[in-house]
Amino acid sequence: MWDWSYAAEILPGLLKAFRNTIGAALAGFGLAVVIGLVLAMFARSRWGPVRWVIRSIVEFIRSTPLLVQLFFLYYSLPMLTPLSFSAFATGVLGLGLHYGTYLSEVYRSGIEAVPRGQWEAAKALNLSRVKTWFSVILPQAIPPVIPMMGNYLIVIVKETPTLSAITLVEVLLSAKNTASITYRVFEPYTIAGILFLLLSLVLSFGVSRMEKIMKRRYAG
Amino acid sequence: MFARGAGVTLKVALLSAGVALLMSLLAGLGSGSRFAFVRAICRLYIQLFRAVSLLVLLFWMYFALPFAGIELSKLLSAVLAIGLNIGAYGAEIVRGSVAAVPKGQYEASIVLNLSQSQRLWRVVFPQAFVRMLPPMGNLMIELLKATSLIYFITLADLTYEAMILRNNYYIWTPYIFGMLLGIYFLLAACITMAIRILERKFTAWR
Amino acid sequence: MNQQLAEPSAAEKPERPVADAKAPPLVQYEQVTKRYGELEVIKGIDLTLQPGEKLALIGPSGSGKTTLGRMLATLEKPTSGRILVEGESLWEMRMPSGKTVPANDRHLRRLRGNIGMVFQHFNLFPHMSVIDNVTLAPRSVLGLSKEEAHERAVTMLGKVGLDSKLSEFPSRLSGGQKQRVAIARALVMQPKVMVFDEVTSALDPELVGEVLAVMKEIARDSDMAMMLITHEMDFARDIADRVVFGAEGRIVEQGTPADIFGQPRSERLRSFLSRFG
Repeated sequence: MWDWSYAAEILPGLLKAFRNTIGAALAGFGLAVVIGLVLAMFARSRWGPVRWVIRSIVEFIRSTPLLVQLFFLYYSLPMLTPLSFSAFATGVLGLGLHYGTYLSEVYRSGIEAVPRGQWEAAKALNLSRVKTWFSVILPQAIPPVIPMMGNYLIVIVKETPTLSAITLVEVLLSAKNTASITYRVFEPYTIAGILFLLLSLVLSFGVSRMEKIMKRRYAG
Repeated sequence: MFARGAGVTLKVALLSAGVALLMSLLAGLGSGSRFAFVRAICRLYIQLFRAVSLLVLLFWMYFALPFAGIELSKLLSAVLAIGLNIGAYGAEIVRGSVAAVPKGQYEASIVLNLSQSQRLWRVVFPQAFVRMLPPMGNLMIELLKATSLIYFITLADLTYEAMILRNNYYIWTPYIFGMLLGIYFLLAACITMAIRILERKFTAWR
Repeated sequence: MNQQLAEPSAAEKPERPVADAKAPPLVQYEQVTKRYGELEVIKGIDLTLQPGEKLALIGPSGSGKTTLGRMLATLEKPTSGRILVEGESLWEMRMPSGKTVPANDRHLRRLRGNIGMVFQHFNLFPHMSVIDNVTLAPRSVLGLSKEEAHERAVTMLGKVGLDSKLSEFPSRLSGGQKQRVAIARALVMQPKVMVFDEVTSALDPELVGEVLAVMKEIARDSDMAMMLITHEMDFARDIADRVVFGAEGRIVEQGTPADIFGQPRSERLRSFLSRFG
């Protein structure tokens, strides 16, 4: 059932594809961090219609599967607009949009945890809105929620195999291809699974370490 | 044709939700057991299945397991993979909600001489249940979205049917996907509404 | 200053069943200590409680009085020493062979049936109405039928003045009302001894009176032993047969209310009482 020599043979190829996995995950996470912040800031806009639009977009994206969103971006977008991206770029865009909405909620909880007095003090000092956001509020809102954002990085890593549906060659697709060439199925999929497990556990450990550091710094 | 796909999506969703809720209760409540062995097993399950990638798990169960002698149907692989994975997250929610019940409730139950099971089912769990509803609702929406992954093992769900439709009606691709997104959105909204109704029903005492 | 704590005249003192001093003790603490890690909260206490006796435990915070009460209610286990209820050790069982082993669940539950407790923070079940709060234990533990439990509960709630609030939920009650429900809930199990752990300390001042009034009535009408852990000195003076003053985990002085409040012997007790004017 399990052939060690075969496993060793296919490992380098799978690891190479795993690099794609990690690359897409990091890029997607990076984009999500930015999009999430934008969404969170606009969700607090003074204008009601803007808030409503943002909330609807966030609701919609969060309630629908990443897979379908990827299909839409990869197949439908080129038909509606002159835009057309590579599989990697589309994947990153899809991850960024999808998880940007989740991260906007995380930002929101961090922002709401900043005492009201900070906003009032900034206003009293006549700081511009931009200055208020970037010099006063965000530096206080973001550090406590970094562990939570770390958790979402882990989620994104585990979601990257979905990108294989739009032909991005990450580790699962690579495993599938390997299996179809040699007809030995057990080792490729098991190795892929173990790679994710290990990465996930290592990242989880890192996140809980970060949580402990944050708690020590910000508790009380 | 969409209706058939929707049927499959719903069937997989309901079955895996059943598995997930069962595992959530078992592992969530088991995490607080008196027996260290039970607690350890629950922790292991939760850590392990939260760390796996769902799609990889699905592939592994359907494609790889047969080579270890266990052959699962598409439906069974999907239901087990989704159910066990989501169940691990649900177990954390259950565990956290039970832990949030104030210690005084336990003490009052003890001095009234309630048995351990009476204490759990009449006092602690009803209070934990209400706290569980919102996060569980969100988790159920995640479950619904996860069902779209069964497309990968060619189980004919909504997404799969949509792709077939698209092959035949290529021009309509954007609308097909747009409609697909809309259907999922509606289903998710139903779940949210159901949770809200449950919440209202059970929090009269708050 | 002493005049305020002087004993009320005989005409004012309520009639009530006198604690039976000659009967074997209901509760006995034998060399009980309690340690939490490094901190020793109770340092070797011997104390007895007679059937029907109303005992007041007073003292500064940290004196361990709450811990004593909680140990009797089986919420905490002594680090060393024994607590006996009707002659039986709470945390140990005697096997037919004569050996002593740690108590199992059944033993604890059997003995616990004689002990009741009312908490400082009420601990009512928020998801149940008042009547359900009071009937839960009689039905589940005593096995009473729905009707019997209901009847008993209504009687008890009437005694505490809340029989008009049967289907209300705790969130709608005032603090004083909640505490009275908690008292009814504990009483309906008919324990032989009841621990009252600072039951008025968490109440707004204007609500304290109604709870104390209820407790005075209970003390007067029932032959249940009561362990009153309290800061209400006037109340202790009125109700108690005996007062125990503890500090830093030891008993400093004990005696009748007249002795303790009227003629405190130790400096510690004197300075404690002076804080109450």
